[in-house]
Amino acid sequence: MTEYVVRFIAGGVIVSAFAILGDMLRPKSFAGLLGAAPSVALATLGIVVVQHGPHYAAAESWTMIYGAVALGCYSVAVCHLLMRYSLNALPATILASAVWLAVAFGLLAGFGGAA
Amino acid sequence: MLVKMSPSALKRTRWYEYGIRFVLGGLATVLAGALGARFGASVGGLFLALPAIFCASATLVESHERRSKEKAGLSGRRRGQQAAALDAAGAGLGSIGLVAFAVAFSVTAEASIIGAFALAIVAWAVVSVSAWWLRRKLRAVSRHPRAEHRVRSAGSRGSVP
Repeated sequence: MTEYVVRFIAGGVIVSAFAILGDMLRPKSFAGLLGAAPSVALATLGIVVVQHGPHYAAAESWTMIYGAVALGCYSVAVCHLLMRYSLNALPATILASAVWLAVAFGLLAGFGGAA
Repeated sequence: MLVKMSPSALKRTRWYEYGIRFVLGGLATVLAGALGARFGASVGGLFLALPAIFCASATLVESHERRSKEKAGLSGRRRGQQAAALDAAGAGLGSIGLVAFAVAFSVTAEASIIGAFALAIVAWAVVSVSAWWLRRKLRAVSRHPRAEHRVRSAGSRGSVP
């Protein structure tokens, strides 16, 4: 239980820090870079290293590559849903989650995880 | 336009909006850990790049833009969508940096953990900013020939002296 409380606080703090930085930056396309900041990764990998060691953390970060590629596809899908189909941000981002899941798990199924 | 930092922009964010992002960030981190523990490192790793916070960020960007337009007596719906789309475009470029982060960490983690974190963060920042800068340059280059073409064709019609 303590582990999950630590994860929650660490994740919340790091995500909020990147989000505040993103709020302050202009232009918006540059601030958007922080939407793909490695905030969850920083919080999680730190704990993983302590719990399971560097080999396990390296294996997790390897499949993170697939997640990051899926995030790129997700962002493109959100852009299209907003600009072409005039959806609002909340439904667009929720619908595009299907793209993230499909690409991430598709890449994992196709290429496999780290050895 | 150069990259600028404007702390006064924080005044537009309401206190509960910080709370939403904190909670979503915390939950995404807990989810990544729980899935890693249940299904192993391969599945857990995917969720290190989960866009959990992105729906909150894009919604906030959209509502801030809409509010500022509505204050001026205009409908800000389209402007809000455009601002959120710009944010998503930036995240798309940032995802290239996130790939660089993952590759750098994965390759160097077993040699030195502190070095791996440092290298991965530097890789993320350099690749993300470079991708953003390159896209700006490419857009500027692709706009100039079109602008020149418009001036030339207007000139040939006699509308430009």
